[in-house]
Amino acid sequence: MRLVAACAAGGLFGLGLLVSGMTDTGKVQGWLDFFGAWDPTLAFVLGGAILPMLVAWQIAARRERAILGEPMPARPDPVIDRPLIVGAVLFGFGWAAVGLCPGPALASLGFGGIEGLVFLAAMIVGMGLHRTALPRSNGHPA
Amino acid sequence: MIPDAWIWGLCGGLMIGCAAALYLLVNGRVMGASGILGGLVEGRRDWAERAAFIAGLVGVPALASLGTPAMTGATGNIAVLIAGGLLVGFGTRLGNGCTSGHGVCGMSRFSVRGIVAVVTFLVAGVLAMAVLRHGLGWI
Repeated sequence: MRLVAACAAGGLFGLGLLVSGMTDTGKVQGWLDFFGAWDPTLAFVLGGAILPMLVAWQIAARRERAILGEPMPARPDPVIDRPLIVGAVLFGFGWAAVGLCPGPALASLGFGGIEGLVFLAAMIVGMGLHRTALPRSNGHPA
Repeated sequence: MIPDAWIWGLCGGLMIGCAAALYLLVNGRVMGASGILGGLVEGRRDWAERAAFIAGLVGVPALASLGTPAMTGATGNIAVLIAGGLLVGFGTRLGNGCTSGHGVCGMSRFSVRGIVAVVTFLVAGVLAMAVLRHGLGWI
């Protein structure tokens, strides 16, 4: 059951990314191109995605456990540390350079061609490098 | 007139938010693409749930885009693709989240870390775009 729900959530996420145009690197790079032909589409996507989650967090706050029994994710300590900032800066640079972030990089795998594969492979290597170089720097989820 | 792309963006965004709500309320998990993939790469014990999520995330858009002219329009410059991928992979693990985790799930629960991360990667992205596109002309 957990696997079915996870697969459904992943599928709906991917469909939403496709429908919203976030698998189009031109739209994402357009959003970041503040000093050029700025494209505000991403703000509508993020705004639309936050709405159901505002409700979901309210429901989650009233329950100890999720429907399938898992405890609800704990609220992270509001710690602003160096890994958070440095990580976000590095991510922002890479995001701008190609116009893909992890969700769309996976969602576009079926039609992204060799470029998509190269990006995804490099992204996984980057994750592995972090694991190897800084094995203890995780611990504060979003 | 509101451009069609904005309407599609809002509709797709609502679908993304519903997916995150489903994953939170049914599975009790925060839907962050980098965290789910990163945990799979690290071989965490809950790998099956992560793999099922990614199977849906890859498979459904692949099927839905069959017969459509869907494409990413990504650069063909291999050096940029590799550098970008390495930065996104390393950065999202170091910062513990990306657009979905910090952006969709973090901001909607008014998480200070989520909001700081989103502002930081947006500013970094805008600056990188200004330099790479308008300064150096690389992208």
